[in-house]
Amino acid sequence: MNILVFIKQVPDTNEVKIDPVTKTLIREGVPSIINPDDKNALEEAIRIKDEYGGKVTVITMGPSQAEEALREALAMGADEAYLLTDRVFAGADTCATAKTLAKMAQKLEHDIIFCGRQAIDGDTAQVGPQLAEQLNIPQVTYVKEVKIEGDALIVKRALEDGYEMIKVKMPVLLTAIKELNTPRYPSIKGIFEAYREKEVKIVTAADLGIDPQDVGLKGSPTRVISTTTPEIQRAGEIFTGNVKECVQNLVQRLVEKHLI
Amino acid sequence: MDFSLTKEQQMVRKVVREFAEKEIAPKAKEIDLTGEFPRDNVKKMAKADMMGIPYPKEYGGAGGDYISYIIAVEEISRACAATGVILSAHTSLACFPIFQWGTKEQKEKYLVPLAKGEKLGAFALTEPNAGTDAAAQQTTAILEGDHYILNGSKIFITNGGMADIYIVFAMTDKSKGTRGISAFIVEKNFPGFYIGKIEEKMGIRGSRAAELVFEDCIVPKESLLGKEGEGFKIAMVTLDGGRIGIGAQALGIAQAALEEVTKYVKERQQFGRPIGKFQGLQWYIAEMATKVSAARHLVYYAAWRKENNLSYTMEAAMAKLFASETAMEVTTKAVQIFGGYGYTKDYPVERLMRDAKITEIYEGTSEVQKMVIASNLLKM
Repeated sequence: MNILVFIKQVPDTNEVKIDPVTKTLIREGVPSIINPDDKNALEEAIRIKDEYGGKVTVITMGPSQAEEALREALAMGADEAYLLTDRVFAGADTCATAKTLAKMAQKLEHDIIFCGRQAIDGDTAQVGPQLAEQLNIPQVTYVKEVKIEGDALIVKRALEDGYEMIKVKMPVLLTAIKELNTPRYPSIKGIFEAYREKEVKIVTAADLGIDPQDVGLKGSPTRVISTTTPEIQRAGEIFTGNVKECVQNLVQRLVEKHLI
Repeated sequence: MDFSLTKEQQMVRKVVREFAEKEIAPKAKEIDLTGEFPRDNVKKMAKADMMGIPYPKEYGGAGGDYISYIIAVEEISRACAATGVILSAHTSLACFPIFQWGTKEQKEKYLVPLAKGEKLGAFALTEPNAGTDAAAQQTTAILEGDHYILNGSKIFITNGGMADIYIVFAMTDKSKGTRGISAFIVEKNFPGFYIGKIEEKMGIRGSRAAELVFEDCIVPKESLLGKEGEGFKIAMVTLDGGRIGIGAQALGIAQAALEEVTKYVKERQQFGRPIGKFQGLQWYIAEMATKVSAARHLVYYAAWRKENNLSYTMEAAMAKLFASETAMEVTTKAVQIFGGYGYTKDYPVERLMRDAKITEIYEGTSEVQKMVIASNLLKM
């Protein structure tokens, strides 16, 4: 069983600043962590490896300091790590990112590809699905449970109002949600092994044989005009007062909305 | 000269801190109130490979460096000092002498399960009449055929009754004084080995301090650690390392108090503003932070010397002396700054103050540390 896990190093805060000119995130001076959903993806990959055997390869695209996130993943139990780092990768949107990651995935044998549902910095939830499309393999998003059955997976997919059970053949891409598991702590022994016995392999655009025009800012069709918090469309309303007043208010509102 | 931690050490701190904040800290208050030994914490630390950080992987350890181990003790103690001393006594006092003086067989039989955290260790030197005067050992070990017969008792033994494996010191030849003391590895179920009184302590209440009683306790000859007569040297060298661990424990306690104070003075309002705006308190906090930083440098420096095979007896004594007195001072000031609230169990600072006190006493009192430092300086 060969499992690839794509992770992202993200700033450890919800209060990231946005560059007013480029409209991209300013990452300097903010402590970095492995994106939380990606940790669930990694945990599940390691759990499957522990149970069924195989190899877990962890991959990230980012600046050189993203190596730390890979070392942490190695300390948790991943076997191999690749850091896709190149000046031409900078400024990539989800499309260019997925293209780059797909080139890497094609170089490695894989039965399962795990991604986190979405990153806490960009919150797009697009890279996983786009990567599956680039690779032309099936995808199951919002995964909260995985079982292996021969050459297929039985996957429980969380929806807002319930869940779906999906049987899917490998190779497949799954995106993990936090309900999937509780990520383990990297073991202390794992930390020393991650730095002393394991390697983070550096991969450039040239190594991937990718045209610089297709990646990074140049390969990104997305243009960020502005970033705003969407307005809440539907909000609950709480009536206060005694029961009679509340019921009167409620009936009145329902009448206003032509619901009764 | 480079004061920065390595990437490995930084990750050890990050991981242990997260672990301690999520798994250890939430139970610290309850452990203090009940005085119950936190078996669960020990199990979790074992699972995270924390019980043998500085020992090689072939002996069940994490294969790490000494500074990483010290950082782990600091971070665990910052969350719960009782759990911190369990880790320190186990790693520095029980694992270390077996690693340093044990035969290959002893290492395989005892160090491997200890360093893996499958078994817990303890170190038994102190006796009712042999505290600071550790050489006045009254426990005896008489060789009879293929085993030694131990008689006597030990007190205040950290992890006593909870540990599976004990490093026990006893007189094999009273006529030789300190050169008549020997060290033994004693398993908890050796016949004639009993647990006596469990101490009711002021602080680190979740940790165990117990009396050990040996009544014609049968210890196989193979359990002699080092050679006959090497016991006192083994005890003293082991305590040199142990003191770095206690320095780290004290540092963790002091750091916790400093953080509690920093948070509190921004929230607590008096005379219409946060009390942190008053210069009197700012000076307190500046002094506290300076001492905590100085303590950290002394503790890490002693650990660095040990890691690099340099002499560290004096540096360990200095680190332990300064860090423990800093912990006592900083926690006492913390209670003062919290005022009436600080004296209650609603806030953790009174616990930190009670926990800090023992660091000035065990593994050599502050006065003993000064004896060690002076004798290293004066050599007279």
